[in-house]
Amino acid sequence: MGCLSCAALARTSTEVTLRRRESSSIPIEAETISPDRFRGLSETQIARLPAYYGRRLVTLGDLFEIEGVHTDQIGVEGDVSHVKKIGYGMTRGSLTIRGDAGPHTGALMSGGELTIDGDAGDWLGAQMKGGVINVMGGAGNFVGGAYPGEARGMNRGLIVVRGNVGQEAGLRMRRGLIVVLGATGDFPGAHMIAGTLLALGRLGPRPGAGMKRGTIVALGEAPELLPAFRYSGTFEPVFLRFYIQHLIKEGLMLSQRQLAGPYLRYVGDFNELGKGEILVHV
Amino acid sequence: MKYQGVEIEDTFAEAFEMWGSRLIITAATPGWAETAARVATGLATSIIGCGCEAGVNRPLPPERTPDGRPGVPALFFTTSKEAMEAQLLTRVGQGVMTSPTSACFNGLNVRERVKVGSRLRYFGDGFQVSKYVEGRRLWRIPVMDGEFVVEEGMGVRPAVGGGNFFIMAETQEAGLAAAEAAVAAMVEVPDAIMPFPGGIVRSGSKISSKYKGQHVSSNTPYCPTLRGQTEVELPEGAEAVFEIVVDGLDEGAVRKALQAGIPAACGDGVLRISAGNYGGKLGKYQYHLHKLVRG
Repeated sequence: MGCLSCAALARTSTEVTLRRRESSSIPIEAETISPDRFRGLSETQIARLPAYYGRRLVTLGDLFEIEGVHTDQIGVEGDVSHVKKIGYGMTRGSLTIRGDAGPHTGALMSGGELTIDGDAGDWLGAQMKGGVINVMGGAGNFVGGAYPGEARGMNRGLIVVRGNVGQEAGLRMRRGLIVVLGATGDFPGAHMIAGTLLALGRLGPRPGAGMKRGTIVALGEAPELLPAFRYSGTFEPVFLRFYIQHLIKEGLMLSQRQLAGPYLRYVGDFNELGKGEILVHV
Repeated sequence: MKYQGVEIEDTFAEAFEMWGSRLIITAATPGWAETAARVATGLATSIIGCGCEAGVNRPLPPERTPDGRPGVPALFFTTSKEAMEAQLLTRVGQGVMTSPTSACFNGLNVRERVKVGSRLRYFGDGFQVSKYVEGRRLWRIPVMDGEFVVEEGMGVRPAVGGGNFFIMAETQEAGLAAAEAAVAAMVEVPDAIMPFPGGIVRSGSKISSKYKGQHVSSNTPYCPTLRGQTEVELPEGAEAVFEIVVDGLDEGAVRKALQAGIPAACGDGVLRISAGNYGGKLGKYQYHLHKLVRG
């Protein structure tokens, strides 16, 4: 796995580059932009892959200039903030978006590395099952969340967002790690089943509402907690050190000293199982 | 051949296939990490009587441990994977989990694992918490000073046990000094341990006995006080013999440890360096002393 800090590498000769032909506010759905779909294909074959421009079925070649062949490394350039589902369900390779990304980017992915130089839309990494997503900017609502009607959100993997995120980050997440360096919106970790949400900036109001298990870590200012959480004690969580070591290895500029405890531990939500925890850095 | 005036016998050490595991034991301070690791690897000198052979490697700085705290690698060797699981369960449960501020992580990057944390978690009485990060599952078990963090599975791999050499000296004092010098050189070799007290064994054994039910007995050919009573294999003037036994996670670790130890043992008062074998019939690995010394 590559270094998160230098993941947004300049375009290399071994990647397929997609360059948006023109900017448009019309939504595009392009889940075919995935290392799994591109691997082994020529430029012509990639250009024939389908996409939706609004409700019209088009090809990637209609929307993008394509350069490069036979690889599972993809670079996307130009304005793709209205392009949905880039890297949707990807299982391998690397995908770098050099700019802002649209909604559902990296949703359901189970492997590989996805890097976004700018901001990401809603549903970033929704229901992902593995791999790494690294966002240099911020992200919208429901990061790593579960789609409506689905029982479980993110199930494995790592999402790092350097900016702020919107509401309900980690909605119904089951496993995995979400790291937000900026602020989180309302209801972070709502209905969490398990997993870890690490918030280095301000943790939004009412964190962990309805959570059964799982961990929300608040390193910023003390969050507004729901009454269904009880104070449990003050301690130095060793497991958090393991996470930090892991993130340092991944290239995130953190230090053990920066995140050294102690932490106040609140357990809840007692309207649910009550086995979740919110750790608030002292 | 002679090395620094000491006779190196033309023989070989015979070593055996074992299963090895490496744990990283951490704690809030270097002292407590060392204590936990020493206790977990305690009374593990010989597979014959202890069920496993174990020892520690040089301490690790915080930046090289999984949780960024001071750590000590602890190595364990058994004859089977099943035995490894049983030994680790007991030793981590009784020696590490009980030790203040400790945590225990897998230190081998291999696919084959034995269950440790996944069994110890039941100590948590329903309050244990699982954390899964990049293919590694940790168990957080509530204990009276906070939490004991232990990794679910510990890696095991085929390893090598029973590398050895004998130091035959004019006096007990000279022999012990030579053995200590050898161990001091050998502890610098990673992935190898000398499981006996201080790395040195004085009660070497042979695998026979005159008594029924007794499978091993005193290594009489190397006991100086038995001269005149039975056949001994000692050079003239040798009054003390010390053996150093080495286990390693691979063949190379044992070889490097022997290569470090044998020259270091060739000091004042040492008459001969020899090694134990079974004629090459029992062990898969042979370490010829002359080749080791020549490098």
